[in-house]
Amino acid sequence: MDLIFLLQDVINGILMGSIYGLVALGLTLVFGVLKIINFAHGSFLMVGMYVAYWIVAYTGLHPYLALFLVAPIMYFFGYQMQQWLIRPIFVAERDVREPITVIIVTTGVWYVLDNLALLLFGPDYRALSPNPLKGEMIEIGEILISTPKLFGFIITVLTAAGLYWFLLKTRMGRAIRATSLDRDAASLMGISQWKIFNVAFGIGTAIAGIAAVVLVPVYNVYPTVGVPFDVKSFVIVVLGGLGSIPGALLGGVIIGLIESIGPNFMTSTWTEAIVYGLFLLVLFFKPSGLFGQKYDW
Amino acid sequence: MSLLDIRGIDVFYGDVQVVYDLSLTVNEGEVVSIIGGNGAGKSTLLRTISGLLKPAGGEILFDGQPMHTRLPEEIVEAGLIHVPEGRRLFSLMSVADNLIVGGHNKRAYPHVPQNLAKVYEMFPRLQERAAQLAMTLSGGEQQMVAIGRGLMAMPKLLMLDEPSLGLAPLLIQEIFRTVRMIADLGTTVLLVEQDVRHSLSLSDRGYVLEHGRVAMEGDAKELMDNPHIKTAYLGI
Ligand SMILES: Nc1ncnc2c1ncn2[C@@H]1O[C@H](COP(=O)(O)OP(=O)(O)OP(=O)(O)O)[C@@H](O)[C@H]1O
Ligand SMILES: [Mg+2]
Repeated sequence: MDLIFLLQDVINGILMGSIYGLVALGLTLVFGVLKIINFAHGSFLMVGMYVAYWIVAYTGLHPYLALFLVAPIMYFFGYQMQQWLIRPIFVAERDVREPITVIIVTTGVWYVLDNLALLLFGPDYRALSPNPLKGEMIEIGEILISTPKLFGFIITVLTAAGLYWFLLKTRMGRAIRATSLDRDAASLMGISQWKIFNVAFGIGTAIAGIAAVVLVPVYNVYPTVGVPFDVKSFVIVVLGGLGSIPGALLGGVIIGLIESIGPNFMTSTWTEAIVYGLFLLVLFFKPSGLFGQKYDW
Repeated sequence: MSLLDIRGIDVFYGDVQVVYDLSLTVNEGEVVSIIGGNGAGKSTLLRTISGLLKPAGGEILFDGQPMHTRLPEEIVEAGLIHVPEGRRLFSLMSVADNLIVGGHNKRAYPHVPQNLAKVYEMFPRLQERAAQLAMTLSGGEQQMVAIGRGLMAMPKLLMLDEPSLGLAPLLIQEIFRTVRMIADLGTTVLLVEQDVRHSLSLSDRGYVLEHGRVAMEGDAKELMDNPHIKTAYLGI
């Protein structure tokens, strides 16, 4: 009987963790290419959730169909954000490989977006409606699995596989990998660094959009909804290895498991302590992350 | 008209001037060597030609078109290809992917499959190692990838920065033979080298760079017989 509960928690942890991993995937891609932590990533998730929420509210579309609108909208949003906001700083600090001012700007974007959302939509917690997935469960024996979270897991796996394929097999994907490894050498191959930065930022933001669609059937939307995800993604990305795609997913699952199994043995404040404790341990003993970056894309 | 025509360029790193009023030409079909000691400004010159650095003064014309105002990717598009010092391979990408990325530019990309076959024909060792990560190759193999990657871009002018750097004597010979072969197949070559004897012997003309200035220029054979070059660079 107890074992069933544990199994239930393990499954929940993996499903929720994979969604954390999906959010982190966008962050790790942007880091891998631009070598900056985008602190506005959680706010992009929030923007994506509002976009998904309003599309569903106005059109009545099934949330998963809204995906095909949300992802391109978010790609465009991220692409332009990099082009008009972040690129000028890279240009001004040409000689600095990882300019700290970019981090300050992304933090600024986070505050501006969160407050803009507050201004436009108020502080209310909004639940998706119509929500065809609300409370949907799949029963396997005595185990209950949340349908939208299971879909979230599947969408995460598909997104990660698609991203891998894109990076390994396409012209643009190879150019992105080359730029992430050596910018100047990539320039000498005729690759436009700024174009690559725009595209990578766009894809990272589109992934936040996909995560937003996955979350919106199970999570309320409010202006600061991105913050806990931002912090978690940062922990996950460091845990899994900055720039590592499998690292982001596995890091997400580890956090998800700690959060779902932990409360059986301790109060939930302790699970958070464990998460950050693990984070510090990794930073102390294996700063390149559990799944290092060495043999990644 | 010369294929590459550099007219009086000045190049700075911040406030420090490294290249002074430098002029140089390369004609179509030639192999031209640039020789000079450490810190003479050879790599700086190539980085300026390929657009990674902007000259403070002077102009660079390629095929009659100004290059000093263009971005690196536009210069590549024009057919001016730079194989950088120290190879600069994409270490965590496979040999094949390194070569394919070499053909990224719009002009070359449609021809990637044929060019890949040509590069493998020139360097059969690379075909055996196609799936291997570039960082796991030996120094000589890495240089072959660097040159092959340059060829994938379909250069009109190929600039090679110290391709013999750090290689064993036997491999150095092989690399120089390859450079000669590339030239014989019709590509114009601008070769930066510290191995003065080898590079001049396969070149048509040469330039001697000292402290960022052209100290001497002329026919490669004549340069080899020059007393200054004999004592300063050939150690005779
Ligand atoms: N990024 C840089 N910033 C500042 N100074 C630089 C930079 N790169 C090179 N220099 C300086 O410019 C001068 C010329 O360097 P360059 O690399 O062009 O020489 P080189 O002729 O290629 O030498 P080598 O044969 O050792 O490669 C040197 O004095 C060097 O210290
Ligand atoms: Mg040099």
